[in-house]
Amino acid sequence: MLDIILERFNYIPIIILMMTGLYVVIATGNLVKRLVGLSLFQTSVFLLYITIGKVFGGQPPILDGAHHGDEEGSHGAGYAAAGHGEAGGDHAAADSHAEPAADAHAGDHAAEAVEHASDYAAGADAAHHASEVLYSNPLPHVLILTAIVVGVATLAVGLALVVRIREAYGTIEDDGLNAADYNRETGGSE
Amino acid sequence: MWSAELSLALALTIPAVGGVFVALLGNKPNLREGATLVSAVLLAINVAYLVEIAPSEPTLVLANIAPGLQLTFKLEPLGAIFAAVASGLWIVNSLYSIGYMRGNNEKNQTRFYVCFCIAIASAMGVALSGNLLTMFLFYEVLSLSTYPLVTHKGDENAKRGGKIYLTILMGTSIGLFLPAVIATHFLAGSTDFVAGGLLALNDVQPMIAGILLIMFAFGIGKAALMPMHPWLPNAMVAPTPVSALLHAVAVVKAGVFSILKVGTYIFGPTLIAAAPSSEPLAWIAAISIVLASVVAITKDNLKARLAFSTVSQLSYVTLGVMLASPLAMLGAALQIIMHAWGKITLFMSAGAIYTATKKTEISQMRGLGKYMPWLFGAYTVGALSIIGLPPLGGAWPKLFLMQGAWDAGQAIMIVALVASSILNVAYLLPLSARGFFAPADEAKLKKQPPALVILPPVITAAGVIVLFFLIGPIRDYLEPVFMPLASAGAL
Amino acid sequence: MDFLVNLLPSGLAHHAPALVIVIPLVAAAVAALMPNGRLGWIVAMVTASLVAFFSLVVLGLVLSDGLISYHMGGWEPPYGIELRVDALNAVVLALVGVMGLLCVIFALPSVGDEIEEGKQALFYSAFLVALAGLLGVTITGDAFNVFVFLEISSISTYTIIAMGAGKDRRALTASYNYLILGTIGATFFVIGVGFLYMATGSLNMADIGQILQEQGHNRVTQAAFAFIVVGLGLKAAMFPLHVWLPNAYAFAPNFVTAFLASTATKVAFYALIRFLFSVFHPDVAFVELSFTWVFAAVGVIAMMVASSQAIFQTDARRLLAYSSVAQVGYMMLGLGMGTAAGLSAGILHLINHAIMKGALFMALGAFALHFGVRQIRDLNGLGRTMPASAGAFTIVGLSLVGVPLTIGFTSKWYLITAALERGWWWAVAALIISSLMALAYVARMLSAIWMESPPEHHAAKPAARHAPYMVLVPMGILAFANLYFFFHADVLVGLAEAAANAVTGGH
Repeated sequence: MLDIILERFNYIPIIILMMTGLYVVIATGNLVKRLVGLSLFQTSVFLLYITIGKVFGGQPPILDGAHHGDEEGSHGAGYAAAGHGEAGGDHAAADSHAEPAADAHAGDHAAEAVEHASDYAAGADAAHHASEVLYSNPLPHVLILTAIVVGVATLAVGLALVVRIREAYGTIEDDGLNAADYNRETGGSE
Repeated sequence: MWSAELSLALALTIPAVGGVFVALLGNKPNLREGATLVSAVLLAINVAYLVEIAPSEPTLVLANIAPGLQLTFKLEPLGAIFAAVASGLWIVNSLYSIGYMRGNNEKNQTRFYVCFCIAIASAMGVALSGNLLTMFLFYEVLSLSTYPLVTHKGDENAKRGGKIYLTILMGTSIGLFLPAVIATHFLAGSTDFVAGGLLALNDVQPMIAGILLIMFAFGIGKAALMPMHPWLPNAMVAPTPVSALLHAVAVVKAGVFSILKVGTYIFGPTLIAAAPSSEPLAWIAAISIVLASVVAITKDNLKARLAFSTVSQLSYVTLGVMLASPLAMLGAALQIIMHAWGKITLFMSAGAIYTATKKTEISQMRGLGKYMPWLFGAYTVGALSIIGLPPLGGAWPKLFLMQGAWDAGQAIMIVALVASSILNVAYLLPLSARGFFAPADEAKLKKQPPALVILPPVITAAGVIVLFFLIGPIRDYLEPVFMPLASAGAL
Repeated sequence: MDFLVNLLPSGLAHHAPALVIVIPLVAAAVAALMPNGRLGWIVAMVTASLVAFFSLVVLGLVLSDGLISYHMGGWEPPYGIELRVDALNAVVLALVGVMGLLCVIFALPSVGDEIEEGKQALFYSAFLVALAGLLGVTITGDAFNVFVFLEISSISTYTIIAMGAGKDRRALTASYNYLILGTIGATFFVIGVGFLYMATGSLNMADIGQILQEQGHNRVTQAAFAFIVVGLGLKAAMFPLHVWLPNAYAFAPNFVTAFLASTATKVAFYALIRFLFSVFHPDVAFVELSFTWVFAAVGVIAMMVASSQAIFQTDARRLLAYSSVAQVGYMMLGLGMGTAAGLSAGILHLINHAIMKGALFMALGAFALHFGVRQIRDLNGLGRTMPASAGAFTIVGLSLVGVPLTIGFTSKWYLITAALERGWWWAVAALIISSLMALAYVARMLSAIWMESPPEHHAAKPAARHAPYMVLVPMGILAFANLYFFFHADVLVGLAEAAANAVTGGH
């Protein structure tokens, strides 16, 4: 029993954060606090991805010395730049970060063995190197960067909404908002 | 150039195009009325041709909706008869409408005539339909196009009546009729009307057929089988020409015609007889007949009394279908014809009395017969036909239904039919009696009703007498529909 | 559609899948720079036209050539992101493209009326981002990419819903609630994707599907399934995760509601189908159980409960919003049957419902433009004062009920037939009862429009005899489509069946 818990100790803080976040979202009456709870909830997901992606004893996934390594590396960089350009301007935080992050995820091919995955994920060329050296998996980190950016954007929009709600209603407490809306519905209409 | 298919298509397009012309000529009342009359006459001529070619059963595909779903017309004797009744009476009713609407200075007359055209077109669609899908489509269009006619007056009463009208008709059609149609399609692979019965030919279990029969009987709300009948009395808020044509001829006849056609071509008499629900449904029809007549006696408002009379008379057709013997079904078909002519006479008379005197209650109509002898004469002829006395047309359906009930082994139904005749006397003849024999209370006659309001009921009353003698040809015409089924079936 | 494909140089046609996403994203930036609303609208209009064009090109290519697999940046899947289009998402893609175009035509007068001038360009910019996001969800073949695009579309949707605050401040709270719930849903979804990655090591949906078939399922994949279903279900307004929808639709600007009602829930429903059939195979035990016990059950409950809630609403748009939840229930029921016929009926209803609801909300937008209609009683007498719009509303309303001559009838027919084939009598009964309830709430609105007399102040606006052409044209097109596709049902039915076969027959 103890071994099982110790083996999966990373899930404990994840679950605690997740439940705390969800509880805050449901239980609080304050709009800002609710957003905080949402962020807590999202943070737990980040932890989930990162912790499962940990390769114990893994090297940074940079192929050095081999021809293949340089080619792929420059390819990756060139593509990332092209991807960035293709994705367009930096209008919204979400998309400008999302696109290169997604493309970078595409550009990655040093796919190493992941803790719970099958050994399917080996790239063709890097296989030779991979069989000798253990690389860390950058993919989960890349995914989480994207997710963090999404979370930031959501939080930003959410807070902007809270500001507008404060201006329009004069309160950011649920009770006040519900009362105002209810009066609007039943008392006078448009 | 002239072909059967063209004739079928014209049956639908003549009234529709007529409606367009009526709408366009809205501000020239005489031309507008002319458009209606021209359409009615053209349609009648076309339908006469259709009646002639019906035994060859021509078909026309209107639209291919989806694989396996088609809108088709298929002409056959039953449909031809219904189309003939509706189109013939449209002419008479149009003359009457002109007289009534002008005599009572009704508003929104253009909308009235346009909706009439659309309603007649949908009635044609129902008559000529070749499969259940087509019938259902035109049935719904009929409900929707008659709604503005029912609520024509626009006051609170009219709106309430219209609401009940549409709720019951749409509710039954979407809730029961449509699922029955889809279930038929599911069981038989198509919804075509086939001699001998589509479901019978597909070996459908009697139990399932029984359930479907119930769904069709109550889903076709226009047949006003109790308890789906309240829309009929509530629709009496409509102006009388509407009540006359639609609720004595087109709408209610579309309902019972649909039940008859479904009974003949989807189920077939053998399957109906085998279905466990046909006997309970026959009983419900018989109860409707008697109960509606009893209620009719209690009504003082003439149109309400006639409405419940219609509920009662419609159930004759349903009864005939549920008895499923050849003579019973023939009687049902005859009832469609005879009752239409008889009832329209009665309704038109009611409207004429209203136009002349503004009276709607029977108790107020004493002695009017002296001032409007032709009108009350026509009413009496119509009433006697409904009661079922020879030499009036209404005698035949009663006779055939009684014989058919005997053939089906349900002699008890004869009791219901006889009771109905007696009750008919009780609620229809008092108006004639009071009109002719009671002294007039006062000079109630505001004005002589316009000729256009008196003439049509007289014409239809004459028609009722003529139809009595035409039973021979009519029976010969309809025989192929019902008789070969008798020999094929086990009755 | 072949002639569209032939219009393009072949190189361009090859890149059509990518262009469908890239064009609106770039255009969003351009629109943000526009100084006034009209120019912003022009950018949106041009973009929507191009998007509609390219999405139809993609549909044509898929129908003639089969599956399209486009490798973003030239990287091979499963390393690279793949845009993978088969008949299923080609149909949804074309639907979003065409509905987007029609809504943008409608936008000029509607947005001009409801949103302050200084913010209109930014509004169009956010709309284009939302459009790009929805198209991205539809077209991508990578699971995490679905999350990214889902959030792209959602965040911009929160923004444009909140813009309704100009007319009614409740848009702000509605948008906020949608934000909270939508983010929870998306996060659940990404947890599910994470579990799938843990189990298979791949993020490419087709690839995951293959690996799962080979190696079988374990508790991780079951958990993934549950999270993904909940996450996508929330976006698709699956009962009981639909609570954000009524307020969001009721208080957003009319253009936004028309657009969202015809696209957003449909795209999420597509994503659900994609995960159920292409990632998790429908033969797997727990997936098969979920069809009957989750989707069909939820669908039926949605149909009954949401329809009855709709009957009692006083706000016209919220009534139609509850109706949308009920209609999503129909789609869920079709999905839950687990047969190709059921799925095809569900997809047919998806297409038809988009056409119907788009038109209905556009008509309400037309009414709002002139008379500030919000409550049902504000609809009084509009049959007289705005006959064209009222006529379109009536046709589409009858279509929603399922009267023959309209596409609503066709989808009801196919749904009931599919249910009969499956032997689910209770589903047939539920479909009939909810149709009757639809009759009730549509009749409420139609009787207000046609049977009541207009309030006096309506007559004081003689210039407003009919809505501006930019409103009438798309609304008329959609209303006409309701009738046209009844007579040519084979077009839509064929598309729906091709879409269903792509996912069910393929395995």
